[in-house]
Amino acid sequence: MWLIKLAWKNIWRNRSRTLITMAAIFFAVILSVLTSSLQDGVFDNLVKNMVSFYSGYMQVHKKGYWNEQILDNSFEASPRAEQQILANKNITGISPRLESFALASSADVTKGCLVVGISPEEENNITRLKEKVTEGSYLRDDDPGILLSEGLSKRLQLHLHDTIVLIGQGYHGATAAGKYPIKGMVKFGSPDLNDKTLFMTLSSAQDLYGAYNMLTSYVIALNDNRNLQKTAASIRSGMGEQYEVMTWEEMMPDVVQHIRTDTASSRIIQGILYLLICFGIFGTLLMMMVERKFEMGMLVAIGMKKIKLILLLLIESVITVVSGCLLGIMAGVPVVWYLNRHPISLSGETADIYERFGFEPVFPASTEGVHFFTQGLIVLVIGLLLSLYPMIKVTRLKPVLAMKR
Amino acid sequence: MQTVIDAHNVSKVYNADTIPVYAVNNVHLHLQKGEFTALVGPSGSGKTTLLNLIGGLDKPDSGHIIINGVDITTLSANELINFRLKNIGFVFQSFNLIPVLTAKENAEFILQLQKVHKQEREKRIEVLFKEIGLSDKLNERPSKLSGGQQQRVAVARALASRPQFVLADEPTANLDSGSASNLLDIMAQLNKEEGITFLFSTHDQRVIDRARRVITLVDGQIARDTAAVPVTHETIVSNEKP
Repeated sequence: MWLIKLAWKNIWRNRSRTLITMAAIFFAVILSVLTSSLQDGVFDNLVKNMVSFYSGYMQVHKKGYWNEQILDNSFEASPRAEQQILANKNITGISPRLESFALASSADVTKGCLVVGISPEEENNITRLKEKVTEGSYLRDDDPGILLSEGLSKRLQLHLHDTIVLIGQGYHGATAAGKYPIKGMVKFGSPDLNDKTLFMTLSSAQDLYGAYNMLTSYVIALNDNRNLQKTAASIRSGMGEQYEVMTWEEMMPDVVQHIRTDTASSRIIQGILYLLICFGIFGTLLMMMVERKFEMGMLVAIGMKKIKLILLLLIESVITVVSGCLLGIMAGVPVVWYLNRHPISLSGETADIYERFGFEPVFPASTEGVHFFTQGLIVLVIGLLLSLYPMIKVTRLKPVLAMKR
Repeated sequence: MQTVIDAHNVSKVYNADTIPVYAVNNVHLHLQKGEFTALVGPSGSGKTTLLNLIGGLDKPDSGHIIINGVDITTLSANELINFRLKNIGFVFQSFNLIPVLTAKENAEFILQLQKVHKQEREKRIEVLFKEIGLSDKLNERPSKLSGGQQQRVAVARALASRPQFVLADEPTANLDSGSASNLLDIMAQLNKEEGITFLFSTHDQRVIDRARRVITLVDGQIARDTAAVPVTHETIVSNEKP
């Protein structure tokens, strides 16, 4: 106990030095937590945009559909298959879809669009499509109307309750044509989806394309992205050879690649940050050793065992580093929380570039506790590893040399 | 009379591989309990080196130093630290108190290292501070004490563990004459009343005047010893014979 008291007094013998060390650790933790949670938050948001908003975490198709996305590669809806998929405890929802392309026309403009036939209730459970309705109302199961994405409506110069005409190729070469009232407008975070998507009920789509009781995919929602691979493997083995089960990572390799590239550059930035922390802490440790060398020599001379002196320095380091880390984490929590609630939002040309690549130009911070824990732990380990320096110096300390002025 | 320090043929050489410099050259020293001895000599004569060797802070290149029957030259670094803690009190030239501790805590520090029980610690510190005349300064930090008071606290710390002897390296060098005289009075009194053995290395004539025995070192060798019987290797060996 007296050793802890002495360590505490030693910590405050040079307030400036201790405060500089603590501040270095404090800011290091805040910055590394922010870097890590912003990076993760951006990726989460990206995945949520690209995955939850549209593709789902997994999709089941007829084998070969992904390589050739045509209606002829659709499969017959099967309540038994749906039940089998839903039996997996990691799966929280399933939504059948029939997707194809068509030319969408207004009075003066025609544009290619993605027609998505959905089961409104199930779709909403997975992609929260209802929440994206900005004008009008959401679809009912037997609705004859459609939901039009805002970008597409602007291009076609169509408004709520206007009529849109669709022309395309249906199942097995049939002609697909129909006119539909616009029941609602939807807005997506992903500009790519926002500029080309149109939703109608599954039965309307099947009717439009002449693909009765046919589906192009089951879109699946998971309780946790971490269970993705395990669940995909389980579904794959259950569905059999005639189906392909694809994860969002397989469907969108460019997103995965982007995340990997960005993670690598963030690691480099974090590495530089850690290096700066090392210099900051090491500088103060060097100062401390020079200041206290004589005293340490004297302590060993009068009979303090080196192991006890090392323990004293360790307690001092632990108190300083842990305090800096805890204060950093405590200060980081409201900052991260604020950036989660009020994400950094880009504007101007940078935002345009992001949108052009299909990414929502906002940077929310992730509030996952793991960032605080991991970054706090990394800085703590760095601090404690650097504290080994004075301890190693003590093991080599010769009282007579240390006490020479 | 109990022998406290026996040094036989002790030498310490620097630059042994190039141009050897004998800091201590074949020294024989025999100190008995209760002695109040000054080690004097010009700068570079080997006083501090000899004191460091006797205190186990440094190892001789040859010879043996026997303290209370233990040959400290054969002890490992850790054993030496333990030995110093239990047997030797140190007083340094520049006080060397721990600045973050109070006077009482500084003196108590050595007892903490020895794991002495709190009540016993309190008792010893109270007595010691009474003896050094600083009972009213127990809770003062070193920065609030004068040089002389700090050195008295250093003496209290050296004596707190009840060592076999106290080694004091130029204890009065940084003190004014009043403080030096006061410190010497205290040490002389402790020596007289409690039989504590003191060995000083000093240049200070005031210390030399108070010492009952003066050993003069020149070029690492004992040039003069005012002991009744001059100490040589032969006298030490004959003393050890039954």
